[in-house]
Amino acid sequence: MSVLTLARFQFAMTTIFHYFFVPLSIGLALVVAVMETLYVVKKKEIYKDMAKFWGHIFLLSFAVGVVTGIIQEFQFGMNWSAYSRFVGDIFGAPLAIEALLAFFLESTFIGLWSFGWTKFSKKLHLVFIWLVVIGSTLSAFWILLANSFMQHPVGYSFNSVTGRAELNDFLAVIKNPQLWLEFPHVIFAAFLTGAFVVAGLSAWKLFKKKDVEFFTRSLRVGLVLGGIAAILTVAVGDLQTKALIEEQPMKFAAAEGIYENTDDPASWSAVALFDTKEKETKFSVEIPYMLSILGNHSLSGSFKGMNQVNKELHEKYDSKFGKDMNYYVPTNVLFWSFRIMAGFGTALIALAILDLFLLKKGWLMKQRWLLWVTGVCTFVPFIANTSGWLITEMGRYPWTVYGVFTVADSVSPNVTANQMLFTNIVFFLLFASLGAVLVYLIRKEMNKGPYHEEQEIKENVALDPFSKEAF
Amino acid sequence: MSGLQLLWFILIAVLFIGFFFLEGFDYGVGMATRFLVKNEEERDQVIETIGPVWDGNEVWLLTAGGAMFASFPEWYATLFSGYYIILFLILVGLIIRGVSFEFREKMETAKSRNFWNWTLFIGSILPPFLFGLMFTSMVRGMPLAADKGIYASFGDYVNLFSVVGGVAVTLICFLHGLNYIRLKTEGSVRERAQKLSKRLYPVLFVGLVVFAVLVYLETDFIQARPVSSLAILAGIVLCACLSAYGTWKDKELLSFLTTGFVLAGVVVLIFNGLFPRVMISSLGSSTDLLIKNASSTPYTLSLMSKIAFTILPFVLAYQAWSYYIFGKRIGLGKGGAYSHDG
Repeated sequence: MSVLTLARFQFAMTTIFHYFFVPLSIGLALVVAVMETLYVVKKKEIYKDMAKFWGHIFLLSFAVGVVTGIIQEFQFGMNWSAYSRFVGDIFGAPLAIEALLAFFLESTFIGLWSFGWTKFSKKLHLVFIWLVVIGSTLSAFWILLANSFMQHPVGYSFNSVTGRAELNDFLAVIKNPQLWLEFPHVIFAAFLTGAFVVAGLSAWKLFKKKDVEFFTRSLRVGLVLGGIAAILTVAVGDLQTKALIEEQPMKFAAAEGIYENTDDPASWSAVALFDTKEKETKFSVEIPYMLSILGNHSLSGSFKGMNQVNKELHEKYDSKFGKDMNYYVPTNVLFWSFRIMAGFGTALIALAILDLFLLKKGWLMKQRWLLWVTGVCTFVPFIANTSGWLITEMGRYPWTVYGVFTVADSVSPNVTANQMLFTNIVFFLLFASLGAVLVYLIRKEMNKGPYHEEQEIKENVALDPFSKEAF
Repeated sequence: MSGLQLLWFILIAVLFIGFFFLEGFDYGVGMATRFLVKNEEERDQVIETIGPVWDGNEVWLLTAGGAMFASFPEWYATLFSGYYIILFLILVGLIIRGVSFEFREKMETAKSRNFWNWTLFIGSILPPFLFGLMFTSMVRGMPLAADKGIYASFGDYVNLFSVVGGVAVTLICFLHGLNYIRLKTEGSVRERAQKLSKRLYPVLFVGLVVFAVLVYLETDFIQARPVSSLAILAGIVLCACLSAYGTWKDKELLSFLTTGFVLAGVVVLIFNGLFPRVMISSLGSSTDLLIKNASSTPYTLSLMSKIAFTILPFVLAYQAWSYYIFGKRIGLGKGGAYSHDG
């Protein structure tokens, strides 16, 4: 295994694991903020209980999100030092701004919020959690600004003397069209994640008929927020696809599994098998007109296949990067990831609408199968989020900065494969353990339910062998 | 070297000072959970003193890292790839520590709780030691190749000087944490923290003398910049004396501030000695990494300056406010001044 392979694996592993908790934390912060707002506005104690209960799970998620995030910032310098040198002039700034503007805000006000339930007025305490939501949203904005530059570099020039990319128009980097598609898509997906986790876990408790009022209200908040967020996520995703056809045709062609240029109108493959060596589609189930509708919003329009795009990329970049470049991206991963992501996204919208309709009618508690399905949907956003990042990041291959700097040139020259293998193994074990502990703790919180403390006090009085009543 | 480059060199130093001053006592409190407390209740008591603020303090490190990336990409790339394993171990420490605060509270059996107590302790003692090791070996000089990468062997990282540096930083952080505990708690923990630090100050003074001698032998700080280096060393010793004085005379705030200044002094000594370099090569000064050729472009630096000077005052203001809010002393027993649920 080469250093490059190991570094890529580490980036994938750390990013995927970190990204289980990022959208969960952002989304849960929003859900908790909404619940606490309901408490301050409606003055019902139950909303405060909800904010506290889901707040516990939010704090757990946030803790793991923070510690895995530190790796992300250090990793560029550790594993990708050549990349850091090349692009630091542009890429470092958003990371620094993220820390200054967002991380300080988040961490300080989470401290004030979680330790301050009794110290502050209701309104001020509510301001804290909203500041946390704003902080985490800002954090997403700046890190996605950095990622958008990698996907679609703008506002820079290449300095041939130093051999580095240099920032020359910060406003252009902020206005990057890629960012204004990527950021809303990701942030809505994050809201969706937190909301559907709350909805899913609540449905699970309702399935078991525990704390019905508490979890019915939680379910409603989760479904309303999750439903809105899901619709927005899919809507922005649709706009992203259109932009992708122009900006990164290889990514689009692979996500749709097109090797040869399509007919006009183009049909859409629901499922397909590929021969990635021979660069051809072996088998596919096609729906006529569908790809033209999805990609072009009309009943006509054709799309370039991967083989055509590959030719064009060679024509465009051979003078700069040589003839030996491979511009094909992992077709199977992109094709299936896209279907999983888009399919689950659409399914969640349908589920939210159905659940809310039945909830309004008061029929949901009788539809136990639907509660069970909603419970399973706790895990769906994580699969969809991961799929989304696999498309985005693997579809950028062979570049770290699209069309400018290759992945192969980005890796640290002075880190050995053994060192990289060692850290990969340790991180993997560490992540597996942290993930297991976190799932265990969230399950425990769920099993205890929102009102366990009062019950515990009662039980302790009854069971304490040294209490006065026992003698 | 331009004024902007110098400004950012100073700002990176300031960010590390902020990190060591604030997160330093968090690490110290973490160490105290083994060396000071007698039972789980007291452990809760001392951890509660940093509960609401430690996370915000750690952001100083992330900001320092991000700012280094933005203002001196070459330095960031050389340092982070060159200290690969050290930084990896620091990361492991920060990871296990960061989750411990939440996890230990949620555990039901004494055994599992104890496991996360240990991770909190290990995660509090590893980073300061390794940061000390890293910065000390960095100013001693590392084999810097022409491609600006460090190709070093074990002895470059771990040697007498760097181990002394690591132990020194760890010890100062521990004292800093004990002083913070004296400032923030009441009852027997507070008295014991005072007793323990009285025993540690002599060790600190011996350590500082050894460190100063090694600085003279192992770096060019004293030879190249005798006046400023010796003045900073004198300042460090003076702060350590004042800190000891505050411990014997029951002036907690003085003790706490001055151990913080000792940590700040060490950072200033390192950055003052580095100037005008950012990385010192042990293979001759031709491969030194200099402030003037390791930085970002003037455009990026001036942009970052505007942003930093706009945001930092707000950060300092609300962080200070949160310390003011959580200014109460912590007593013993559950449901202290601040618990998660109020």
